[in-house]
Amino acid sequence: MNTKVLIRQYDEPPIRESEILRYARCNEACEETLVLLRSCLEEARKVLTYKVCFSELPVNINDHICDFGFLSFKSESLSKNLCNCTSVILFCATIGLELDRLISKYSRLSPARALLLHAIGTERIESLCDVFCKEISAEQKLLSRPRFSPGYGDIPLELQKDILAFLQSHSNIAVFLNESMLMSPTKSVTAFMGLYEK
Amino acid sequence: MTFSEFLRDNIVILDGGMGTLLQSKGLKPGELPERWNITHPDVISNIHKAYFDAGSNVVCTNTFGANALKFSDAELDEIVSSAIDNAKAARRESTSPKEKFIALDIGPSGKLLKPLGDLDFEDAVALFAKTVKLGTKYGADLIIIETMNDSYETKAALLAAKENSSLPVIVSNAYGSDGKLMTGATPSAMVTMLEGMGADAIGANCSLGPIQLRPVMLELLENASVPVIFKPNAGLPRQTENGTAFDITSDEFAKEVASLIREGIRVAGGCCGTTPEYIEKLSTEISGISPVPVTEKNISVVSSYSHAVKFGASPILIGERINPTGKKRFKQALLENDINYILSEGVSQQEKGVHILDVNVGLPDIDETSMLVSSVCELQAIINLPLQIDTADTIAMEAALRRYNGKAMINSVNGKKESMEKVFPLVKKYGGLVVALTLDENGIPESSDERFAIAEKILDTAKQYGISKKDIIFDTLAMTISADNKAALATLTSLKRIKEELGCNTSLGVSNVSFGLPNRDAINGTFFALALENRLSAAIMNPYSSDMMKVYYTYKALKGLDENCTEYIETADSFASVPPTVSAEVPKKDTVTSASELQRAIIKGFKEKAGELTCELLKTTAPLEIVNREIIPSLNIVGKGFEEKNVYLPQLLMSAEAAKSAFDAIKSHMPVGEKNPDAVTFVLATVHGDVHDIGKNIVKLLLENYGFDVVDLGKDVPPEVIATKTAELHAPFVGLSALMTTTVPAMENTIKLLKKSAPWCKVIVGGAVLTQEYADKIGADKYAKDAMDAVRYISNNK
Repeated sequence: MNTKVLIRQYDEPPIRESEILRYARCNEACEETLVLLRSCLEEARKVLTYKVCFSELPVNINDHICDFGFLSFKSESLSKNLCNCTSVILFCATIGLELDRLISKYSRLSPARALLLHAIGTERIESLCDVFCKEISAEQKLLSRPRFSPGYGDIPLELQKDILAFLQSHSNIAVFLNESMLMSPTKSVTAFMGLYEK
Repeated sequence: MTFSEFLRDNIVILDGGMGTLLQSKGLKPGELPERWNITHPDVISNIHKAYFDAGSNVVCTNTFGANALKFSDAELDEIVSSAIDNAKAARRESTSPKEKFIALDIGPSGKLLKPLGDLDFEDAVALFAKTVKLGTKYGADLIIIETMNDSYETKAALLAAKENSSLPVIVSNAYGSDGKLMTGATPSAMVTMLEGMGADAIGANCSLGPIQLRPVMLELLENASVPVIFKPNAGLPRQTENGTAFDITSDEFAKEVASLIREGIRVAGGCCGTTPEYIEKLSTEISGISPVPVTEKNISVVSSYSHAVKFGASPILIGERINPTGKKRFKQALLENDINYILSEGVSQQEKGVHILDVNVGLPDIDETSMLVSSVCELQAIINLPLQIDTADTIAMEAALRRYNGKAMINSVNGKKESMEKVFPLVKKYGGLVVALTLDENGIPESSDERFAIAEKILDTAKQYGISKKDIIFDTLAMTISADNKAALATLTSLKRIKEELGCNTSLGVSNVSFGLPNRDAINGTFFALALENRLSAAIMNPYSSDMMKVYYTYKALKGLDENCTEYIETADSFASVPPTVSAEVPKKDTVTSASELQRAIIKGFKEKAGELTCELLKTTAPLEIVNREIIPSLNIVGKGFEEKNVYLPQLLMSAEAAKSAFDAIKSHMPVGEKNPDAVTFVLATVHGDVHDIGKNIVKLLLENYGFDVVDLGKDVPPEVIATKTAELHAPFVGLSALMTTTVPAMENTIKLLKKSAPWCKVIVGGAVLTQEYADKIGADKYAKDAMDAVRYISNNK
């Protein structure tokens, strides 16, 4: 266990149906879609868990080289994002493996349900990240920059390997990486969040 | 003294944390601790020695992450050899008078197994096997598999240990605060699987402190017939000014662990945050406690990846519908390799309330082994019920048992010498509750005395293989009363005698009793009730039969097995209903009305209704006419709406599903194996390295609705597989999907290969990252912006 990594578990963040529909590419939901969405939500809510593991890192940026101690890489976009930040939180958040099982079940049996469960998962993980980032910035009495994930801008996805190993995500919150640098559970997020003074 | 001998009569003290101590000695974040066996042998050896001195009987080698994913074969060899040498040096130097053993430590691979992750089960077995072989070669006394949070990976590691070493193996899992493993298994499910496979001790370690783990430990103790291991953290981590610390002192730790040792724990130590001080206090605290004897719990039980199902108290229902016998549509699904049909049978039976699913996919024209394995893997990926592996082919049986994530029910063995010789070794190796048929070389005896005698013979033979009677469940063979009106009596008498005189559980394929008679459900229901009254433990039955379900729920209510009659009240309404294939809601016979109703049902996305209405229409209308006049026009209306942005994706899919349900109804009216000769073949896959399949599945559904013969190769498919299959089928169209920029090169490679081996085919690409420009660049024939776009393109170019 890494002594610098902390774990938090959250209650269900408020659900935003309109966001879910947006992720499902549905600008206007008919009655039948809403009935299906609510049935999917009922099923999904029973299995979702909200976990985050994170670590606070010093910010050391020179000439676009972002040095976080355990990891150092060149990124113009992240340097820009973290400009004037006093510290950075590196985190991994997940809503758990069971939703993947449900999605996989319905991709075989009902693609419409699978689509909505996907959308629910995306909305849920984003909401979890919002809750976490808001909480940290309140605790530290600092403002936060938009979170920045590997794969955004010029941060290579390959960094996932080092990041998840550093956060010990598989033993802390059961987030694994596959050969294509994708995470399982699929509805998981890793990101840097810069904090700066008001 | 060997470890097994010591374990039999003593409380075994394990060591405490390693990682936390190594960090305090300078191990940096990200540095692999296993390398310290080679670079810092003294540090490692001193930690082991400190634990031996503190009173540990067993130290675990510093090989938690020593596997072939992280190290080359040569380095792995050196690490394991040094790690064991370090432990041996500590044992030599420790002055502790206690018995001292060295455990080869095996932790999780850090990868998630398929289907949720990407590590194949057999690859995981091979991975652990390498470490096991080295540890055995370099002289470990036992193997400890620990901190596993996935039941499937635990099985892979235990199988590797059993297949490559004769050392004792103890297995410990990491349970979360919900009392389950990360992938969902309860402690009793883990006991069931691990004991079935022959683990020498079973337990829990890491993740929580001794107080939080208490309920998990009590459940393990209640169910295990082998010693139970307890190796908790030093409480829960909390944040301090100097980083993280654990919240339990060595005194509290010793007290808490000792209290559980008094309740039966036989192997104890500490995990994260514990130090030699914790072990010393624990060792002192328990010095006067005598070990609680390990007792045989005699529970007949099977398990899935999530839970255990016990036999004996309340009757168990085993759903019989995954079986081609007498089912035209199911046979067709098997011949067409239509796994989704099998899955939907599983899901519907689960919804009806069965506890276990029988899986029988034997058919003369198919490769039963591969079909059984893929059915088992697919079913256990999405349904949490234990499975009954039902096959006469012991090669298929072994392959399925190996891949099964839990302890399966096995159907079946019988009193024939050959059957027992083939099946019992599999039960012993993989674990299982095996159905034993009371027949032998002389056939099925008529009398209950003879059936009873065969049961005794089977039990004796099982014992010689080390299989206890709790793992045998007798089927006294229901035979039809239309051939012999005393047949049911013999079956019933045998049931009662086997339960009362041999103490074994029983199971019956209930519906066989009525073969050849009209209104079979009536006979089956009454026979089921009689069998239950004669102590039947489990029935292989049709859960769609309301007669059977009525008997089940009323029996439980009447026998005091249904508290407050809750289950009965919840289900009572359903007993009166008619079977699911005929709708009570659609009494209309008027074809004209039904036709427009079918269109409406499809457009609105009413799946069940679309199926029911089609069945109704088929009584008066030719299948092709329904397709051309009703289904296709409805699909066109919705498809057009989608393209004009009046209909959105969820609704498009709901309509497509309703249309599919209509097609399924039509399909079940057609002769088996008959295909539309004009159907255009379309090979579909998500490319290598990519596991996103939602887009691909949407395209598949729509194309099937438009009558294409879709061959879905799945996700993460290597270019060679796609090219070979396309060439083999001479498919005119191939659809490739990719979501990520990183997997577009795999798409490009696939197209290159296709142009070589199947130059006639048109390649359509789609997915979130693709654009027309990208598609042109990688040589695709068509970029489809959505599923309807693909349908239009193929319809215009076929």
